[in-house]
Amino acid sequence: MSDASAGRYIGQSVRRFEDPRLLTGHGTYIDDVAVPGMLHAAFVRSSFAHGRIRRVDSTEAAAVDGVVAVLFAADLAANYQPTWSSIIGRAAVSAQPLRPLADQDVRFAGDPVAIVVARSRHIAEDGAELVEVDIEPLPPVLDVTAAGNDRLNLVHPEVGTNVAGKLAADPDPELDEIFAAAPHVITETIRQHRYIAVPMEGRGLIASWEPHVPQLTIWSATQAPHEVRSWCARMLDLPEHRVRVLMGDVGGGFGQKMFTTREEMAVVIASYQLGRPVKWIEDRSENLLAAGHAREEHATASMAVDHDGRILGARVTHTANVGSYSIPPAGNGAGVGVKNLFPGPYKIPRLSFESEALYTNTCGRTPYRGPWMFETVLREQMVDIVARALGKDPLELRRINVVRSADLPYTSATGLVYERISPAESLEQAAELIGYEDFRREQAAAREKERYLGIGFGLYVEPSQTGGSMASEGAILRIDPGGTVTLIMGTASHGQSTETTMAQIVAEHLGCPIEDIVFIQGDTALTPWGPGTGGSRTAIIAAGAAQEVAVQMRVKVLNIAAHLLEASPHDLEISDGVISVKGDPAIALSLRDIAEAAYLSPGTLAPGTEPGLLTQARSLAPPLTLSNACHACTVEVDVRTGRVRVLRYAVSEDCGRMINPMVVEGQIAGGVVQGLGGVLYEHMIYDDDGNPLTTTFLDYLLPTAAEVPEIEYGHLTTPANTPGGFKGMGEGGAIGSPAAVVNAIADALACLGVRITDQPLGPEQIVAALEAAGV
Amino acid sequence: MNERDLTATVNGVQRSARVEARLTLADVLRDCWRLTGTHLGCEHGVCGACTVMVDGLAVRSCLMLAIQADGCEVTTIEGIGPESGGLSLVQRMFQQEHGLQCGFCTPGLVISVAALLADNPSPTDEEILDGLSGNLCRCTGYQGIIHAVRAAAAAIAGEPG
Repeated sequence: MSDASAGRYIGQSVRRFEDPRLLTGHGTYIDDVAVPGMLHAAFVRSSFAHGRIRRVDSTEAAAVDGVVAVLFAADLAANYQPTWSSIIGRAAVSAQPLRPLADQDVRFAGDPVAIVVARSRHIAEDGAELVEVDIEPLPPVLDVTAAGNDRLNLVHPEVGTNVAGKLAADPDPELDEIFAAAPHVITETIRQHRYIAVPMEGRGLIASWEPHVPQLTIWSATQAPHEVRSWCARMLDLPEHRVRVLMGDVGGGFGQKMFTTREEMAVVIASYQLGRPVKWIEDRSENLLAAGHAREEHATASMAVDHDGRILGARVTHTANVGSYSIPPAGNGAGVGVKNLFPGPYKIPRLSFESEALYTNTCGRTPYRGPWMFETVLREQMVDIVARALGKDPLELRRINVVRSADLPYTSATGLVYERISPAESLEQAAELIGYEDFRREQAAAREKERYLGIGFGLYVEPSQTGGSMASEGAILRIDPGGTVTLIMGTASHGQSTETTMAQIVAEHLGCPIEDIVFIQGDTALTPWGPGTGGSRTAIIAAGAAQEVAVQMRVKVLNIAAHLLEASPHDLEISDGVISVKGDPAIALSLRDIAEAAYLSPGTLAPGTEPGLLTQARSLAPPLTLSNACHACTVEVDVRTGRVRVLRYAVSEDCGRMINPMVVEGQIAGGVVQGLGGVLYEHMIYDDDGNPLTTTFLDYLLPTAAEVPEIEYGHLTTPANTPGGFKGMGEGGAIGSPAAVVNAIADALACLGVRITDQPLGPEQIVAALEAAGV
Repeated sequence: MNERDLTATVNGVQRSARVEARLTLADVLRDCWRLTGTHLGCEHGVCGACTVMVDGLAVRSCLMLAIQADGCEVTTIEGIGPESGGLSLVQRMFQQEHGLQCGFCTPGLVISVAALLADNPSPTDEEILDGLSGNLCRCTGYQGIIHAVRAAAAAIAGEPG
């Protein structure tokens, strides 16, 4: 598989260098790391959603043989200060509470109250069971529609309101006129439920404070080791270079491991106080209970539409439930991305958008693969609802409104300038892959037999996160005396195959065998600073840095070779690590020859040539890079049981020039199935008292192999304005799939008069919707 | 503390330990014998990341007490490959078909697939999905994994004898 712009390595489905160690059990995940003298931590957590802590008592726990310390909030207080993350900035320190342990009150069921440190994990858990925490329950804030006006019950009393963030809509008389004059105004409320990232490996870290070095070393299952370092250095008021963060293999993150969380802070502070290494490995129930939730939001949208189905304008009122200790960009800023991307791939000339993010006494919201993806859920459902209201075909309505190549550059209603995208083409490719017209005939025939089939689309544009601290990435490239190549980057790949894709770029541009490259990441003492792997940034920014260091290195190598071969650098070429005179392959030197000269015999270099072979670069992202895709899915709904079976699933993706098509398709597939799981199976449920009901894999249902369709792919390759022409696409699968599945189910049942607006859509909800429609 | 002696043949090597009765097989493999390729994804028997072979059967090492494995033959991911080193057919097909991304669930899946194909070298698609349904993966959407099993079965079928 390759595209027309494929090179020797770029564009090829190169097999991954990560795989041999991971396939044989020789990866190094956080729980595989053991440090001499290491202690183990377990947390005592609140079993109430909201309450006052009346009394705590650690006497019995502390008496357990092997328990070293039981620490409450008050015990940690003297040893840390408020900290901040680079993406939010220093100013946000006090904007949102973030205390490592609950202090005087608890704010969600699962809120950590104490950390127990012991000789083994088992003893730490034994100790945790014996810690007495007496909580006086308070009424929890759970109803997101009432939270904003609640002045009595506050999730964070010191904030003074349950409103975490707000976007106001400016008065827009022009839009009012559009709505007043529009032949059709269609309004609907769309709800998305709480579902979560669920990496197969939970959170975990080892913190080791060595006061006599002095150095704080943290081994962390993170997506952003440099951010862990900055966060902890700020928290403990240590100089940044006295903190070293090491990241080995990480068992998935999907956004949940992008930011340092409260338990991790407590572990670091505990090590700092005790002067001993402390390890914490989150178990599955803790991960489901407290690692961070996502997706729970709803909106009421109105679309003004003309007789032909052309969208004239839209109004949206959006509400996000961000729980208690939400991570700022996903929490108080929950509405920002939803607003900016709501117009998506369509020409929606005018938009009014207001949003509130509200605190509740539930687990806080963290980023999860496309944290703003509700824009696609909302918009794509609305497009189908509008089509149905007008009696139009949903594919046709998309064709009428989609941004076409001839419209580019196109400025969206929210001010984003679209260039180098192909939404119209991806819509057509997806329709062709799924066999739209044939399916409509099949659907009609099935209905005769009282079988209910449906088809749905999810069409979107996907931005890479490049704002503020996310804008740049660095790379260092070294060729050592043996002629082998070491690529050192600030990335934090944890499944994205970066180790392979960055080597592809360097091998292509330097001209060395790919096997001669070793990739190093995940050690803040060695690697250039990076904001972390997330936000679909790697292919656009990290790849730019990798390309730049390779191009610079090639120049260095050719210059040295030219001097040694008494030739002009322009007459030389590099292939497979051999530098030869064009047209005369007999006159050649190996990379090793060049490296030996550069290091071991610098006297043989031309005067003024820098000895050694080292290059470094920092790449800056373009202001906006968008990929685009269209998902198309067909389903059959069993109207007796409410069971949904996904029949076929096709994705047309345009992520520009592909570095590794196999990896691109792997990223699409993973995201698609997360979205399918979200709509059909996954639901993080709280009861009316704020007790979580889904804290095991028996209750929180992930899709298995038996539930997934075979995914079909189509690729478009509109080059981006990045050095390699690549675009980010890691989040898209999870952005487009929920809308496609919901629309397909709604399409299947529309003929029965069933209205589908909300998720999840498990058998229970489908049967309820059928009953509500009198079926 | 209630401790017992445990002796088992692990990846062809006899190993002994004195272990707390409450420890699981996964605990002992990982913490006593440092065979950390066996991963714990849920510790309640659903995700399958901790799957190992005990006397030729795929079992969840988080649900089995270590002392229950006394006298047994245990094969972990570290021992599933050819003795000469390198990758087994199943492992090679996982790499070829991109059947892993973060790799955390992979050891359990490789063991489950090895057990499936040992039992049924030419599974139907339905049997493949059934055989995989006890292992959770969050990265791949199972696409590459399903392709890897098909490719491994095809390779077995193509092999002479």
